Amino acid sequence: MSAAAEAKPLRTWQRFTPAERVIRSVFYLIALIAIVWSVQTIEIIPEFLYDAPQQTADLFARMWPIDWAWYPKVVHEALVETLHIATLGTILAVALASLVALMVARNITHSIVLNSIGRFILVATRSVHAMVWALFFVAVFGPGALAGTLAIAVHSIGFTGKFLSEAIEEAKPGPIEALVAAGASPLAVLIKGIWPQVKPAFLAISMFRWDINVRESAVLGLVGGGGLGMALDTALSNLYWDQAGLVLLVIFVVVILTEIATSFVRSRII
Amino acid sequence: MDASLPIRPAAAVDDGIDRSLVIRNLRKEYRAGEPVLKDVSLKVEGRGMTAIIGPSGTGKSTLIRCINRLVDPTAGEILFMGQDLAKLSGRSLREARRRIGMVFQEYNLVERLSVIENVLCGRLGYVAVWRAWARRFDPKDVDRAFTLLDAVGLGSFATQRADQLSGGQRQRVGIARALMQDPDLVLADEPTSSLDPKTSVEIMELIARRAGERDIPVIVNIHNVGLAKRFADRIVGMSKGEIVFDGPPRALEDAHLMQIYGGEGWLE
Repeated sequence: MSAAAEAKPLRTWQRFTPAERVIRSVFYLIALIAIVWSVQTIEIIPEFLYDAPQQTADLFARMWPIDWAWYPKVVHEALVETLHIATLGTILAVALASLVALMVARNITHSIVLNSIGRFILVATRSVHAMVWALFFVAVFGPGALAGTLAIAVHSIGFTGKFLSEAIEEAKPGPIEALVAAGASPLAVLIKGIWPQVKPAFLAISMFRWDINVRESAVLGLVGGGGLGMALDTALSNLYWDQAGLVLLVIFVVVILTEIATSFVRSRII
Repeated sequence: MDASLPIRPAAAVDDGIDRSLVIRNLRKEYRAGEPVLKDVSLKVEGRGMTAIIGPSGTGKSTLIRCINRLVDPTAGEILFMGQDLAKLSGRSLREARRRIGMVFQEYNLVERLSVIENVLCGRLGYVAVWRAWARRFDPKDVDRAFTLLDAVGLGSFATQRADQLSGGQRQRVGIARALMQDPDLVLADEPTSSLDPKTSVEIMELIARRAGERDIPVIVNIHNVGLAKRFADRIVGMSKGEIVFDGPPRALEDAHLMQIYGGEGWLE
């Protein structure tokens, strides 16, 4: 190396400025405080914590051997009911959410009042958990699949409607403008200009929601919403752990199968 | 390319319909007090191609879009076939729009629909919504859509999806869609700006020929002065929201171009 190169001062580089480093340290400190605080709040009882491994092992031991004979007697019917609740609930949700999505999409509805009402419906339905909706509908219609279906449907409006309205807003304005210029009525523009553009998203969103709803409807029965959850509830309250184990296994298998099915269809259509 | 179209044969060219367009004091302000069109007046005869040239942002597109009301004018009159288009709304506006075909810079096809269905979209102002939804178009319309696709050289592409076509092919579909309306006026908003030079000439030729053989007047916005001079019967030069030149292509000289576009270095 030449003398000139050695004399040149080293150029330095650091990812963060000193001020940024202080801010980051403060954030880490806040995170630490939050963790400590929440651990104190949830009041862990040490005795229960110590024997947790034994308890878990004990649970699994009680579940084994699984009571396979219970499947044809009760669980099969409950499983079919769960799938029906999920499917019907999703269809109902998609139908209702489509209307709300049209109301929310600013390129369709040019009224801030209607946009806001739609947005409120989306937020309101989504922020209440399906379990809570199920409690509500069980109170109104009594326990059973109807309450579960409505709970799934109403809770799904928010999710489905939000993504649908975003898909509608992303539709390219050019083709829509062309149909308007040809004298097409608003309904014709919706069917021929917007729907073809939204269709792939519509199918993907509906299927994704169905996938989620199969999982949710599997446990709705715990609060009286019908389906597998009801069977699980029965088994648990009778302390028949071998039957509870069967239900949990069935839920696990069904969730995996729907996941495989939806990702297969999604890869084919989109 | 030369397939003759039976829709309006040459014998019916002089059908006595007055397709002229009269624009009076047309003004458009997107923001109050900042007019993009400054009281433009223009009479377009009911035949031939009129090219509007001028720099970007000078109001050409706004002018053409005011005619079919994709843009609502702030003031002025647009008289066409016995109506003031500027005053229409709702159903009467839609009925007026079906008489005016439009070709767009970005083609504006519905990409996920087939080519033939895109052409049939030109009839959406006429067919009942349920028929369009169920794809039960009038057999005569379907036959005509095929004839038009032959006429623009895409007869064998009818059942392909529009997003599989090249830019030039898409624009041909756009032209077929506009003609499918059986229009009394065709508006073309920069129809060649997204195309290569050779395709641009072909597209202009196609518009001029297909509109010419049915004697439909065409108003075209175009950047390319060469294309404008080659295909238009009349050139309207715009600058800063006003018409600064109006005459036949041969009357358009460098001095006018300097006035329209400003500067002169680019003319070398």
